[in-house]
Amino acid sequence: MSTFVNYAAIFPLTTLGHYIHWHFIQISVANLTVIVLMVIAFIAALVLPFPGRSRRKENR
Amino acid sequence: MSYSEIERQWTTRLRRRFVRLLPPEKLLPDNQPTYVSSWIYVFGVTTLSALMVVIASGCVLAIRGPQWWHTSSVGHFVNSLHLWSVEIFFFAMVVHLWGKYFMAAWRGGRSMTWMTGVVTFLVSIATAFTGYVSQTNFDSQWIATQAKDGINATGAGAYFNVLNMGQMLMWHIVLLPLVAVLLTALHVLLVRVKGVVPPFEEHAKVNA
Repeated sequence: MSTFVNYAAIFPLTTLGHYIHWHFIQISVANLTVIVLMVIAFIAALVLPFPGRSRRKENR
Repeated sequence: MSYSEIERQWTTRLRRRFVRLLPPEKLLPDNQPTYVSSWIYVFGVTTLSALMVVIASGCVLAIRGPQWWHTSSVGHFVNSLHLWSVEIFFFAMVVHLWGKYFMAAWRGGRSMTWMTGVVTFLVSIATAFTGYVSQTNFDSQWIATQAKDGINATGAGAYFNVLNMGQMLMWHIVLLPLVAVLLTALHVLLVRVKGVVPPFEEHAKVNA
């Protein structure tokens, strides 16, 4: 139980969350972080080479 | 039983129809077209893998119950595993959705594959929502009281009461997962029937 509490203390969950306000847009930093990570994953999936792709093309 | 009688049986006809629609080599293929070797095609199967962990960890939570997941270290771990597998499930599903949207994955008679994916996404959101209001903690009480006015404004509150903990738990662990898993199975079978959507430049060659 104490180990769990120690790890949980890294991210203070008992305080209010941080929010970003821009005109009528309001979003929590946590949600914005997830959206940014999804965009990064999407772009990385398009540009990063897939292992074995060149070998498969040669065999075609 | 004569040959013609066997031919007329509904089981024979149904089996032949299934095999014609989805022969074993299409149901469990041993290779894929070259264009599938891209990271963007990985997110569909990542979503499926995350869904398996969600179901498995949810089964453990259902066996042991709220007292266990609120008070014991292992319970906390499985509870967190359930939450984070849901996070990965939605993360991968959204990237999968973006990829398929920009590929126009409904091409080549794949509209039903696209639509089953859309409905599965919506059902998954409802499943996650009922999960958040079934946590049995202050967070779930807060979410339920905040959501009730929105749900009531749609007129659905008479049948779907977010303040009814028992009803929300049943929707979360029985009805919605059943629909989500059945739709996911149908979605995957449709992918197998129609094949993975080719890139635009390959579309003409594949359909030629």
